[in-house]
Amino acid sequence: MTTVAISQPEVLRPGRFTLTLRYLRRNQSLVIGLLIVLGLAIFTIHGMLTIDPKRAYPLAVLPKQPPSPQHIFGTDFFGRDLYAAMVVGLWQTALIGIIAGALGITIGVVLGFTSAYFGGLVDSVIKGICQVLTPIPAFLIQVIIAGSIDKREVTIYTMAFIVVLLAWMHPTLVIRAQVLSMKERQFVSVAKLSGMGDIGIIFQEILPNLLPFIAAAFVGQVFASMFASFYLAVLGLGPLREPLLGNLIWAAQSQGAFFNGWWWWPITPAVAMVLILGSLALINMGLDEIANPRIRRTE
Amino acid sequence: MSLKRIVGRLVFLVLVIWAASTITFFIPRLSPRNPIRERFAELARIGGFSPQDLEAIVASYNTKFGLDKPLWQQYFDYVSSVARFDLGVSLNKYPKTVIDLIMESLPWTIVLLFVTTILSFVLGNLLGAIAAWPRAPGWLRSLATPFVLLMGVPPVLMGVLLLFFIGFRLKLLPLGSAYSTGMVPDWSSLSFILNVAKHQILPALSLILGSVGGWVLSMRGMGVTIQGEDYVLFAEHKGLSGFVIFKDYYLRNALLPQVTGLALALGTVVTSNIVVESLFGLPGLGRVLSQAIQANDFLVIYGIVLFITIAVATLMVVVELLYPLLDPRIRQE
Repeated sequence: MTTVAISQPEVLRPGRFTLTLRYLRRNQSLVIGLLIVLGLAIFTIHGMLTIDPKRAYPLAVLPKQPPSPQHIFGTDFFGRDLYAAMVVGLWQTALIGIIAGALGITIGVVLGFTSAYFGGLVDSVIKGICQVLTPIPAFLIQVIIAGSIDKREVTIYTMAFIVVLLAWMHPTLVIRAQVLSMKERQFVSVAKLSGMGDIGIIFQEILPNLLPFIAAAFVGQVFASMFASFYLAVLGLGPLREPLLGNLIWAAQSQGAFFNGWWWWPITPAVAMVLILGSLALINMGLDEIANPRIRRTE
Repeated sequence: MSLKRIVGRLVFLVLVIWAASTITFFIPRLSPRNPIRERFAELARIGGFSPQDLEAIVASYNTKFGLDKPLWQQYFDYVSSVARFDLGVSLNKYPKTVIDLIMESLPWTIVLLFVTTILSFVLGNLLGAIAAWPRAPGWLRSLATPFVLLMGVPPVLMGVLLLFFIGFRLKLLPLGSAYSTGMVPDWSSLSFILNVAKHQILPALSLILGSVGGWVLSMRGMGVTIQGEDYVLFAEHKGLSGFVIFKDYYLRNALLPQVTGLALALGTVVTSNIVVESLFGLPGLGRVLSQAIQANDFLVIYGIVLFITIAVATLMVVVELLYPLLDPRIRQE
């Protein structure tokens, strides 16, 4: 007797890696955005390891030199090497964005959860404050705060703090709305019926489900914070000594860089800022797709 | 619209203005800086008078501006003077008041703001509607794409790039300031007006180019939804021409929510406007603000901020109250 072995038809199951690759091919804005950020990160890290940071500050090199092999981005009126300034400036701009973004989103998560989960008077107060503050252009209040601080004492950390003071309302309202809708889902009712406490439901049921959404909101927050600190710096309210990208543009404009023909001075930070903000906008668009499955593209 | 709703929105507006004036009152007082002392210390350095005199001057100015009164009374005085549109005096250009400075520069800001907002709203909505309209020719529909790509570039950076390429490299347009140096402002001469207009092109472009994309995106989203509506299908079956359907059935209905968007965007638009003005050195609110920042003229900084905040909040509420006139569906509620 012979048994005929029937070969099992092999099901081709693509691995996790292939699936990720395929997804990334569809979500091109995420890939392009991440690639630009990666490029900027390599530029900054490579620069931090090779340059002397002192060259990013005034009186370090010969002033007003156009781009040359010696100074690839040229030097400015105050004797800063713009390549070094770009490295330090990119790093500081990113730092402000990340600190302010992280703080803003943390406050947003705490307030949004408290407000939505407990409801009642707490909810009305938090929501009311957010709604009254929202029509006030946050940037103008930031101008006041930055203006009341002595310019010599402003550091990049103060900048991040100023930005975050008025940047938590939007994440709070958005996360509040998300928690409100999640609260009504069945798995939360099941958890409640099975005797889980409030803290347990928040941390074990709702928060994990909101993580992709919070990640997308974080990138949006970093974008907004960089934008706000950049505008403050362009108006001359930044830490004036530091080579922040906005500061460089402010300094170039107040010295009449274009009138005097020093075009490389404002152009270099402007292009760097366009790259940062553009890549963050692309990543945000890509993450939106992950956070909001309704608009997710499928094969 | 019910009276209750109008009263509700007006109460909300008063709350917003009160919050804004409270913030502008307390934040500067939390800071250890004393604007009057700083100002006179500066003068003392230049003019050379003794420290005792300085103290006497500061004390007399504190009395004059009511800074020696208790804080609650100062706060009360401040809020009531804001309610009377009295924003104090400029420390640098005394006896000019803050309102004087604002009124001198406001026309520049309003014209630029108005022109750029209207142009980008019209252009963006038209391109967005066409992009979502399946019967439009392909080349026309793709016109919107470059504007969506430009959305990532903030107006100030656009300004720097335009200054470089158009102003510096091609030398087509001036590199900033409101009119050519040496020209006498004379609004009756055509050559002066043309000169001013020429100086406004680059600032206006840098504000418009980046903001068209936002309108394109939201209008396209709106347009796609409306195409599925029964009344559009009905209009098609009635045999109406494509243009009539586009204009009366499609664009009109899609535009309504965009008007609300216009009110919401106002805060961002004003901010960009101010920063662009200071970049190009136009004599609007933006330059007054950046000059005040550099000269530590605190009352001017606070006054301008408060003025713009109140203006933006008021306009938002006005648009909200006018909305039912545009949309009969809300009126009936």
